[in-house]
Amino acid sequence: MTKRRDPKPGKDRHGHDHDDGGGGHHPAPETEVEIRARALEGLLREKGLIDESFIDSVVSAYENDIGPMNGARVVARAWVDREYRKRLLADATAAVAELGFGGPQGEHLVAVENTPTVHNVVVCTLCSCYPWPVLGLPPTWYKSAAYRSRVVREPRALLREMGLPLPDDVEIRVWDSSAEIRYLVLPERPAGSDGLGEEDLAKLVTRDAMIGTARP
Amino acid sequence: MGGTDGFGPVVVERAEPVFHADWERRVFGMVLGRVAAGLAGTDAFRFAIERMDPRHYLAATYYERWMTALATMLVEAGRVSADELARRAGSFPLSRAADEVRIPEQERVGGEPRFRIGSAVVVRNEHPFGHTRCPRYVRGKRGTVVRADGLFRLPDVVAHVRRPCDEPAYGVRFAARELWGHGAEDGVAVHVDLWESYLDPA
Repeated sequence: MTKRRDPKPGKDRHGHDHDDGGGGHHPAPETEVEIRARALEGLLREKGLIDESFIDSVVSAYENDIGPMNGARVVARAWVDREYRKRLLADATAAVAELGFGGPQGEHLVAVENTPTVHNVVVCTLCSCYPWPVLGLPPTWYKSAAYRSRVVREPRALLREMGLPLPDDVEIRVWDSSAEIRYLVLPERPAGSDGLGEEDLAKLVTRDAMIGTARP
Repeated sequence: MGGTDGFGPVVVERAEPVFHADWERRVFGMVLGRVAAGLAGTDAFRFAIERMDPRHYLAATYYERWMTALATMLVEAGRVSADELARRAGSFPLSRAADEVRIPEQERVGGEPRFRIGSAVVVRNEHPFGHTRCPRYVRGKRGTVVRADGLFRLPDVVAHVRRPCDEPAYGVRFAARELWGHGAEDGVAVHVDLWESYLDPA
């Protein structure tokens, strides 16, 4: 079986093709995967199994509203509010809900705290489990075989390779999301950020810092 | 996949979009929406991905795996046929049939946790035919319970059949040396979340 891969991932953002068979407006020939996806959707539409408004709304939610900016607000709040930080570390699901976040893949959250001597990093070696309500959908690298295979085996070498060299005396704790818990790393507040308010602090918090492959 | 060699560097895409193509949006929406409603749950979905031909699995992108599992489950539920899919798409590879599955018998369902924080445990060296959430790289290894998370349905059962199967789950800490031997990095611990059925007292 020959299998053609999408030659330009990230470039193909044509609109929905709701009537099968059209396709004259496609800028490039469809890949095998696109053809399959269109076949499956077309068949389901004929059978009345497609709910357009649901698909549009759930896609829009994950493209616009549910993403790392939510987790960044949680982290920034924990940096400025000692009591909130305690609640976050004791019961992250409840503390995240205080800021209005929750939903699929966020039913059982645990926050793990970085300190000067402990660094946490999160993976799902079995598939790609990820705390959607606070980080959105995972980036491709998080889902890659390379990350999933290596971060449990050689986290220190891999983090260095990814731009985060850690001193030998910093313990690395890897968290493999193999069951129902989803993890959020609570990074250390950056030095020199004392004067910043919560909103400005949230801008410093990156997605990768909350996975544990970077620092803010 | 944990611990497997040879996959090379982790390639990070800068300013990555949530979806890379419109078909990915459609597949995501179909899986989360009513198309999947009434199909078996998340564990059955994961098992449908695990049943992909391993060569197809490794070559496929994330949403191609989702699409393959969704189509497989729809065919198995009788909502569409493999022929209909193949006729429309030219070819439509599906996951392998689940005919080798043996559903495990649990020693007990529900109840109080057998282990507590600090308990020394050893992961049972089982290799089930069917779905499991016990990563291969911890099987037979000794660790320490760091969290007791309460009752959750055992994936090894709920992926295959609807019946009560709640049991305690735990966070378990393993020293890197225990997992990877003398080549392990210093100052590393790996935590894996495991159901009680996967564990014995050490």
